[in-house]
Amino acid sequence: MIDSLVSLAWTVAKVLAILVPLVLAVAWYTFAERKVVGYIQVRMGPNRVGPRGWLQPIADGIKLVLKEVIIPAGANRFLFVLAPVIALGAALAAWAVVPFGEGLVLADINAGLLYILAMTSVGVYGVIIAGWASNSKYALLGAMRSAAQIVAYEIAMGFALVVVLMAAGSLNLGEIVNAQDGSILNWFWLPLLPMFVVYIIAGIAETNRAPFDVAEGESEIVAGFHVEYSGMSFLVFFLAEYANMILISLLISIMFLGGWLSPFQGIFPDRFTEGFPLGPGPHWLLLKTLFFMFLYLWLRATFPRYRYDQIMRLGWKVFIPLTIVWIVVVGVAIVLDVPPWFDGA
Amino acid sequence: MAELVVFYCFAAILVFAAFRVITVRNPVHAALFLVLAFFSSACVWILLEAEFLAIVLVLVYVGAVMVLFLFVVMMLDINLAPLREGFTRYLGLGAAVAVLIVAQLLLVLGSDRFGLERVGAPVRRAADYSNTEELGVLLYTVYAYPFEIAAVVLLVAIIAAISLTMRRRPGIKAQNPAEQVAVRRSDRVRLVKMRSESRR
Repeated sequence: MIDSLVSLAWTVAKVLAILVPLVLAVAWYTFAERKVVGYIQVRMGPNRVGPRGWLQPIADGIKLVLKEVIIPAGANRFLFVLAPVIALGAALAAWAVVPFGEGLVLADINAGLLYILAMTSVGVYGVIIAGWASNSKYALLGAMRSAAQIVAYEIAMGFALVVVLMAAGSLNLGEIVNAQDGSILNWFWLPLLPMFVVYIIAGIAETNRAPFDVAEGESEIVAGFHVEYSGMSFLVFFLAEYANMILISLLISIMFLGGWLSPFQGIFPDRFTEGFPLGPGPHWLLLKTLFFMFLYLWLRATFPRYRYDQIMRLGWKVFIPLTIVWIVVVGVAIVLDVPPWFDGA
Repeated sequence: MAELVVFYCFAAILVFAAFRVITVRNPVHAALFLVLAFFSSACVWILLEAEFLAIVLVLVYVGAVMVLFLFVVMMLDINLAPLREGFTRYLGLGAAVAVLIVAQLLLVLGSDRFGLERVGAPVRRAADYSNTEELGVLLYTVYAYPFEIAAVVLLVAIIAAISLTMRRRPGIKAQNPAEQVAVRRSDRVRLVKMRSESRR
């Protein structure tokens, strides 16, 4: 009894050790977004709250928490409140199987990759239910767009992951990283280069971010599925969206850029690439993740929004055929034991 | 003990959700209850240590099939009154189908094909046991032909569904993205050089 309580407390502590930094990262990621996009567009960004605007996320958080939560007339109360909770729950649940370093993982399950795919696909319910329960035209239109887009890009994303698991020979995220051991040329970005590109773009589309953010599309449907949400309930949607962006950045780093492996491995002699700065460690994973998080902001500041039919065309007619072809290519490479990537398995 | 409590919780939610799917009047609510039913049965499967099947159930049925279901159901403008019409007319047929399904279930589950004396009590596996791998090996060796037949059946279904919706309507205005991409500036804009006119 005492043992199980202790293990329960230990698990809760580990969950908090993941979630608290994540929520803080989300808060300052929104700040980074406004600053980065600001500088790209030659303006300052927020610079009034705290030194150089660094306390802006706290001010935003307090504002959103104190605002009134308005539930529109004719809305389905229960589902209206449930929708952001589903979105956030799915976004946070996916973090359970993410490894941050060798053995640094909350739940080391064998089907980790599938679990993440399942959790990110459950997240779409938050959007759909929000759109329907709001009893608003614009919200419903946004939800429809988002659902169609997420279903389309999920297939491409799933096939890209199939290629990764073929190359790694495992669904476990830790083993996928270990399968990329060797040097920077052994990381999967090189043998799976088309999948790397497909996964980055599909990841952006899956999280409904610019240039694929037609689900919000403020120029034609106001704010899409969360047009009726205010205060806390909007904050929860916001949290879920940014947690998903960080998760996708982390997954790209784990699956294609060798996770916590050091880029100097295999280039410098082995005795230099041990220990903290140059050897493998969570700091490399952090750096790689930060790059992709920056990429999200960079793309948002650079590209105009895609036209909706072109988004659908890209997902169904370009990405899915491309991924299927690459599954065959990698399958042939594995059968023929093509060195240096496919001769080990 | 804790496992039993968790099992009964999810089993109760499953039965409740399945019951609500057929009793609730709003079809969107029915679809959402079906999602809840899938989700709780996935949780029951996790308790059976069938984590691969459980995750795939969530991934395929909750994540894809039900999303498309909801997609359609939400766009219907449903008038609830006509839904109750014809209840007595279909009652006999519905009851007959229900009796048939129950009889089939009893025949399958009640015979000696299942049960501990036939299958043997499941062994608790070690943590590194991968049932994903076991399933893969079984599916592609012992059950390779049934698997391929299932694939062909699905392919036929896909082709049938696509051919049912493929109809050429005259007069639709569809864009051809390949043509749009191939457009050059000179096709659309004509630059005219002229001197500035003097003001009269």
